[in-house]
Parts: sequence; C-alpha cells; structure tokens
Amino acid sequence: MKSSNPFALWRWEKLFGEWQMFGEGFLRTIEIAALALILALVLGIIFGVFSTSNNKIMRGISRIYVEFFQNTPLVIQIFFMYNGLAIAGLRLSVFVIGVLGVGIYHGAYVSEVVKTGITSIPVGQVEAAKSQGFTYLQYMRYIILPQTIKIILPPLTNQSVNLIKNTSVLAMISGFDLMYVADSWASSSLDYGPSYVLAGLLYFMLCFPLATWARKYEERLKLNDIARIPFDKREVAVP
Amino acid sequence: MIDVFTNVFTPSNVQFMFKGLLLTLSLSVSVVIISIIFGTILALLRTYEKRFFGKLAGFYIEVFRNTPLLLWILVCCFMIPYGTIVIRGALALTLYTSAIIAEIVRGGLNSVDDGQFEAALSQGFTLIQTLMYIVLPQCFKNIIPSLLSQVITTIKDTSFLQVVAIPEYTRSGFVVMGRYTNTAEVFMIFTVLAVGYFVICFSLSCVVRSYQKRIEIVR
Repeated sequence: MKSSNPFALWRWEKLFGEWQMFGEGFLRTIEIAALALILALVLGIIFGVFSTSNNKIMRGISRIYVEFFQNTPLVIQIFFMYNGLAIAGLRLSVFVIGVLGVGIYHGAYVSEVVKTGITSIPVGQVEAAKSQGFTYLQYMRYIILPQTIKIILPPLTNQSVNLIKNTSVLAMISGFDLMYVADSWASSSLDYGPSYVLAGLLYFMLCFPLATWARKYEERLKLNDIARIPFDKREVAVP
Repeated sequence: MIDVFTNVFTPSNVQFMFKGLLLTLSLSVSVVIISIIFGTILALLRTYEKRFFGKLAGFYIEVFRNTPLLLWILVCCFMIPYGTIVIRGALALTLYTSAIIAEIVRGGLNSVDDGQFEAALSQGFTLIQTLMYIVLPQCFKNIIPSLLSQVITTIKDTSFLQVVAIPEYTRSGFVVMGRYTNTAEVFMIFTVLAVGYFVICFSLSCVVRSYQKRIEIVR
C-alpha cells in the first residue's frame, strides 16, 4: 500500500524519473524571459526617451503606450494575441506570443523606469552639453544615458524579476513553459505536491539572486548618496 | 456595426459581465485590506525583530516575492480541501500580495528616522504605542503612492484567477466570448474587457499622480 501523503517519497521518485520534461520547461521559460527582456529594454529605452523629449507628439505616443499596457491585465493581452488575432486570421506560435506579449507589457514599465532615471539627472547637464555643441542624440548617448543606467539598475532588475514571474501566464495558453509543465504533470499524475514544489524552487532559483542583488546595490547607492549630501546642499542653496 | 453592438450587448451578457466586474472589485478590495494588515505585521517583524520571527518573516517575503502568483493560485485551489474556490483564490492572492506590501512598508519604515523611536521611548511610550502613534502614521504617509500602485497591480492580478474558473471579470468575458465566432464580436468583447480594467486602473493612477504632486509641493 502506497502512502497517500501528497508529499510521499514515491511521488518524488516518479517526478524525478521525468526530470527532462521539467528541464525543457525550465529552459523554455529562460529563453522566453531572455528574449522578452531584450524586447522590453529596447521598447522601454525608446519610449522612455520619447517621454522626456520636447516634441508633444512623441510624448503623446509614449504616454498612450505606457498607460494602455500598464492599466490592462497581461492575461487579456496574451489572450487577445492567442484567441483574438487567431480569429482575425493571424496565427502566432505560442513562443512568439510569449516573447511579444510579456515583452511589450514590461516595456511599458521599463519605459517609466527609464523616464524617472532621465528626469533625475539635473537639467544643468543637458544645458552644459548643448552649450558644447552636442546634438540631441549625442548628449543622450554620451551624457545622460550613462548616468541614468547607474540609478535605474535596481528598479530595472526588479522589473526583470517580475518579467520572469509573468512568463508563467503562458501556462494558460499551453506555452510549454515551466508552469505549464508543472501544472500538466500535476493534473495528469495527481502528484500536486512535488510538482509545484519543484516548479517553485526553479522559479526561486532564477529570481532570488536577481532580487537580492538589486536590493544590495540599491543600499550601496544610498550609502554613496549620503556621502555626497554636502554637494547637493550647496547646489540647492545657490538659486 | 450596429449589428455587432446589439448582438454583444444583450441584457443577459451585460448583467453577467457586470457581476464579474463586481466580483473583481470586491475581491481586490478585500485582498488589499487583509494584505495591508498582514504585510505591515511582516514588515515590522522583519525590521525590528532580528531573531526567529524576523528571520521567518524574511523567509516568507523572499519566497512569495520570487515565485509566480499563478503557482500559488494553483497550489491553493488544488491542494487545500477547505472553502469555496473563490475563498481559496482570494487566499492565494492575499498570501502573494502581503509579501509585496511588506516590502513597500519596510521601505516606509526605513524612511522614518531612528530618533523618532528614541524620543517616543524616552517619553514613556510603550513599543506598541510608539509604533501605532509615531512610526506607522509617518511611514504610511510616505508610502501611500506605492500602496495605491499596488492596488492597481492587484486589480490586474485578479485576472489570473480565471485559470481556476473563478467568475471574475476576465473569466466572465471569456465565457461570453465562447458564444461568438465573428471577428468583430470577439474584438468587441476584448475591447469591453480592456476598457473596464483601463477605466478603473487609469483613474486610480491619476489619483496616485495628483497625490505625488501634492506631496512634492508641500516639501
């Protein structure tokens, strides 16, 4: 008689007999997350720079993009690509939907992060660069963005943690990612316990180092800021 | 075009989706309220208790922040034999949101100066009194914008509950959608879903922005 405990040892043995399935799901999650992150960064930098420009149309476009994708759930966006576009005649593979859906959704968040990063650089920097004859692209590329990167790294890392977690929505459209594999294994073998624990551990392994690094880096930045306070005070006092 | 409207917006459809919207809203409100209470306790433990319970709170926060919400929804809905499906789904959402709110509150607690603590204790306040009357009010004043953004995220997160067939707004939309095969009608339902979420979340995010501006002016 086998034990009926949901975490009984024989269930674990059965699970590890099928470890390749989980391995494939894990790899697919990493692939989708990496590609989606690249897409999110590209979109985020483009629209983040747009939203700080002086051109009203560019600011408007970026505002619409950010507000629309931040204020509607990812589930609906993914299902629109999966069901809605399929009915309209455009069939995308689940992998493409994963990369596009998650990438575009998080691009909106990255764009907000980039925007706050750019606006936190003092205006004097832009004025100094302009007075030296830098063009818009040149001073963005050589003066503003390099300084921005340091400030926005921690929130950006947090966003990538969220992005990795959100790739799990693909399980809803049978995307063969880690969550889908865990769920289908759980419901076909009825070994809910081991399957969910393993999936949780694998996600944790991906996200925990990133989240911890972001926190440590931010704490270090704060310490540096405290060391810099006298300069700030004098700068505020002048005008 | 008018055909599409009359086909989609039948009284029964509208009523069904409105019920879903109400469930989404009541779920999010109750989840957020419980999560704020639970998350505050977790954050206080993690910040001011460095021994066993502090470590335990830290462990809880790290585990829930670094695993997907969907996992906890499936765990709660398939592995807990008690309660209705809605309560189990709400439990999963609460466990997950508490961890995130705990981190927000921790940020707020760190922004309160240690001197406040010492001053209150020197005036004979007990620890609980210090927290209730001195530290937490200052902490919450600072974190209201982040908390409101978390409310927006929670409203969007309730849509994950559609996997376990909880009839909230997204699910009710998908159920209605199942009856239509025409492209225009399906797109119309997607639009109704997106607009519903957008109106709620966008108005909340406007509140966040105006509050932030007011804080900046006061400073």
